[in-house]
Amino acid sequence: MPVLEVHKMSHNFGGLRAVNGYHLEIDAGQIRGLIGPNGAGKTTIFNLISGIYAPMEGEVLLNGQKVNGLPSHRIASMGISRTFQNLLLWRHMTVLEHVKMAHYSRIRYGLVGAFFGTRKRRREEEEIEGRALELLDMMGIRHLANQVVLNLPYGAQRRVEMARALATEPKVLLLDEPTAGMNPEELVQIMEIIRRAHREFGLAILLIEHRLKVVMELCERIQTLNFGEVIAEGTPEEIQNDPKVIDAYLGKESVI
Amino acid sequence: MVIFLQNLVNALQWGSFYALIALGYSMVYSILMLFNFAHGDIFMVGAYIGFGVSIGLLALSSSGALAMPNWLILVLTILFSMFLTSFVGMIVERVGYRPLRNAPRASAAITGLMIGIILETGNLILMGARRVSFPSLIQTTTYTVGGVFVTNKKIMIVLVSLLLTLALHQFIRRTKWGMAMRAMAFDFAVVPLMGVPVNTVIALTFAIGSALAAAAGILFGIAYPVLDPYMGILFGWKAFVAAILGGRGSILGATLAGFLLGFTEIFVAMIFPSTLRDLIAYSIILLILTFRPHGFFGEPYSARLRL
Repeated sequence: MPVLEVHKMSHNFGGLRAVNGYHLEIDAGQIRGLIGPNGAGKTTIFNLISGIYAPMEGEVLLNGQKVNGLPSHRIASMGISRTFQNLLLWRHMTVLEHVKMAHYSRIRYGLVGAFFGTRKRRREEEEIEGRALELLDMMGIRHLANQVVLNLPYGAQRRVEMARALATEPKVLLLDEPTAGMNPEELVQIMEIIRRAHREFGLAILLIEHRLKVVMELCERIQTLNFGEVIAEGTPEEIQNDPKVIDAYLGKESVI
Repeated sequence: MVIFLQNLVNALQWGSFYALIALGYSMVYSILMLFNFAHGDIFMVGAYIGFGVSIGLLALSSSGALAMPNWLILVLTILFSMFLTSFVGMIVERVGYRPLRNAPRASAAITGLMIGIILETGNLILMGARRVSFPSLIQTTTYTVGGVFVTNKKIMIVLVSLLLTLALHQFIRRTKWGMAMRAMAFDFAVVPLMGVPVNTVIALTFAIGSALAAAAGILFGIAYPVLDPYMGILFGWKAFVAAILGGRGSILGATLAGFLLGFTEIFVAMIFPSTLRDLIAYSIILLILTFRPHGFFGEPYSARLRL
């Protein structure tokens, strides 16, 4: 059974049909790509799945359970996590705090624990910190744990965001242009991290990406979106040779 | 020198009120980019709730049903009134501000002013157009230290407000709610995706700000035992100035600026005729803001909840 299913999802902004009849089924352990020109509706699809907007039509099912219409914090704690195209980090907080925040709903100690440092708080903090550090280790940023993210280089900030998204222990991970603005060296590293996260957690990953090389290398199947509709779906080879995809990206041959 | 020290003591007390109220402005602003203009009136409501609670406890105590020493009544009054006033803050948020979460900020500002007027006139209807006097819960004892008069009330007021500020600092630093508040101040959008129920955290922010304002109201009632429905207006505006001066969103800044405002007012009144007090004091503040438009700990174009 697919871990994430999206059926006939549509959404309008005013008179604009931003997403039209979007359909998706992902199994655990699959990496899917979502490509398309700017403004095609890729990020809107992410916003709809993660509950930032509630879709006007259609259904989003996580393990067969309907999640569309729920508040985004519920959807997040049920297992859908995401990153953002433009890094949305909490600039003056430390790397460790970013990852800890994902454990919010699991933190049990309250005021007394926080103020008097009870044993319960210590135990919980140790456990959460341990898990957080493990994750940072995997991302290769453990040594930066107590740094404020503001001071980190761009590539490291991307990893912090990825660590934060993984810390919620998701079943489905939505990555919105994880390689945007990266140099070739950072690019190779982030691809390795995505592969590792995929391998170790058995996640279903949906990836929005502009660099075709990255999508072609990572994804088993790719959807191409244009004007809110899927115009082509298939393996990387099929997509690469699909005339509709070439049209959407390069314009029709007859134009020039 | 003695006069200077005497005024310093008075300024510390006066600044305590501003500092406690300014914290509420700052916290809410850092998270919602919204100045809660009803906050001064919540200070007033807090003072009145404190009045009601202390009268009730005194009656209970003197009836012999549950005899309590006065200091205990004072402590219970402060705690219980903070608790009750926090609900006033949460109701204001739920009814007044939450429906306007995505509306232009000007709409929210107008709403805040209207809520203020509702609280004032509501009080007028409930309590009638007369001033009430706050019961004197503790006897004033005056100590003389090198010619400077210090009362036990002044010491208590300054200590309680510092204690509450410290508690708030710890709350923001050490609890998960405080961590969420800081994160929401930096970037609101991602926080719910971490599984954080943001509406709960916002309600909590209003609750804490209002509780601190209530504490300020009771401390004010102890120092100046006359309450009237409009007492919150001027205090609210001045504490708002302190929040701006401290740097929007800065806990430390709001506290320091609150005290600085107290000092400025008291020392201006010491040197100049007291009718010119506000004119001169706020000209000085204006001058400071000319050179530091973002306040002491503010950053340009941002308001982050900082420690």
